Amino acid sequence: MRLRSLVPLIYILFLMLPIYWLLAMSFKTTNEILGGFSLFPQRWTLANYQAIFTDPTWYWGYINSIIYVSLNSIISLLAALPAAYAFSRFRFLGDKHLFFWLLTNRMAPAAVFALPFFQLYSAANLFDTHLAVALAHCLFNIPLAVWILEGFMSGIPKELDETAYVDGYSFPRFFITIFIPSIKAGVGVAAFFCFMFSWVELLLAKTLTAVEAKPIAATMTRTASSAGYELGLLAAAGVLTIIPGAIVIYFVRNYIAKGFALGRV
Amino acid sequence: MKTENQRAWIFVLPVLILVAFNALVPLMTVVNYSVQETFGNNQFFWAGLRWFEEILQSERFHAALGRQLFFTFTILIIEIPLGVAIALAMPRKGLWVSVCLVLMALPLLIPWNVVGAMWNIFTLPKIGLLGWTMNNWLGIPYNMTVSPVAAWITVIMMDVWHWTSLVVLLAYAGLISIPEAYYQAARIDGASNWSVFRYIQLPKMKRVLTIAILLRFMDSFNIYTEPFVLTGGGPGNSTTLLSIDLVKVALGQFDLGPAAAMSLIYFVITLAVSWLFYTLMTRNEQ
Repeated sequence: MRLRSLVPLIYILFLMLPIYWLLAMSFKTTNEILGGFSLFPQRWTLANYQAIFTDPTWYWGYINSIIYVSLNSIISLLAALPAAYAFSRFRFLGDKHLFFWLLTNRMAPAAVFALPFFQLYSAANLFDTHLAVALAHCLFNIPLAVWILEGFMSGIPKELDETAYVDGYSFPRFFITIFIPSIKAGVGVAAFFCFMFSWVELLLAKTLTAVEAKPIAATMTRTASSAGYELGLLAAAGVLTIIPGAIVIYFVRNYIAKGFALGRV
Repeated sequence: MKTENQRAWIFVLPVLILVAFNALVPLMTVVNYSVQETFGNNQFFWAGLRWFEEILQSERFHAALGRQLFFTFTILIIEIPLGVAIALAMPRKGLWVSVCLVLMALPLLIPWNVVGAMWNIFTLPKIGLLGWTMNNWLGIPYNMTVSPVAAWITVIMMDVWHWTSLVVLLAYAGLISIPEAYYQAARIDGASNWSVFRYIQLPKMKRVLTIAILLRFMDSFNIYTEPFVLTGGGPGNSTTLLSIDLVKVALGQFDLGPAAAMSLIYFVITLAVSWLFYTLMTRNEQ
């Protein structure tokens, strides 16, 4: 029994080591980093963080990322809610094929689509806007949101719908005031996964932006190549990209584990 | 029981439009490129199936595909059993569960290039925690930029670090859905730990494990950013996975035709394997 409880502990330790190293680096001066190995920062400095928070090209990267990620989560959920309802309640022509087709969109390598995406969004005059990235990320987030929401909706008995009709509710009123609140947890989980996959994706986000909507992760790669190799600054920027995710996980911690379990396959 | 209702299509329409816009238009662009040749200046010439033949016979593609298959197979072999083992060892109730879940989910929410950069910093021979420990403390020569073996071990370790948690979360979700009565019945029958796992836990986890394997297969087969940032595909070509090679052809050499043909072959392989696996795993349910 003792040994068994050690397994998660060792695993978490393994997960934390590289994160610790990034954190430690972010508090070191560039001289200390290049000067040699030290387990803890010898002279703590906040200069790296200060550099980020005072330079608009850095902090706008964060704002841009947060804008398109939020936009994407909203669009994905609004589109996925009715679709998931249809999949969970009705049989219709081609429903199974449609469902599998949706899933196949997760399989297309993003590297394959980068160039056509650039051409498509340039042609639509959306290049370098937050909306372009938000829409492009729908490619893999909508299928996932439909999949998760469908699972949660199938767990709600059909009697709920029928009772509401008998009570004289119109469909939109029933859907918004009764049905959606009863799958709150599912909406939370779907929003979490949309946020997650949009936040971590870089290839498409980088392809579709230049200046105005450039994501933080892309700012990192470009700064690293132009201003030489400032490891401390890079580490600080990396640490800051972990924080929004950590906050979101904290809020949905009780639901994450259930998220996929209820989905169908 | 679901009712037959064709008007359900109206509900699905927004999803259909959004996904089709993002999926079909770029896909058709790729198909279009794959049968043409260009010498720049936006002039295109019909090339037929030449690119496809060339790529299917090219040793470079075979090598990249081989590395890709080796990578995907290795990480599945490690991540799936490891994830299940950790999920089994996790407690079922209490504060510790929340702490575990939050900490374990953390790697999943780190942007992919940060994951690559983080592991790069972590493994630098002189100043990285792992690199320094290996070289100076344990005395094992370990340098990713020189040794292909070290590069491979690091790329695989990074993926295990990054994605095992997804398997843990899914397997754990499957485990907590098993009613306590099942375990009581097993205890009365005097079942061993192994039989509890084999006949109760594993069948109950089948559905979520199918999802886990599918997701890990698809995502690892398409992996690009993390290994690219970590090793740049090197040393030499030793860790050039399929996507990295594809981007080299498409953007580095700007050979749009061959790159497009290569992406289509790549896409079809992913699709075929996923479909086969999906059908096999859900065969008994219908």
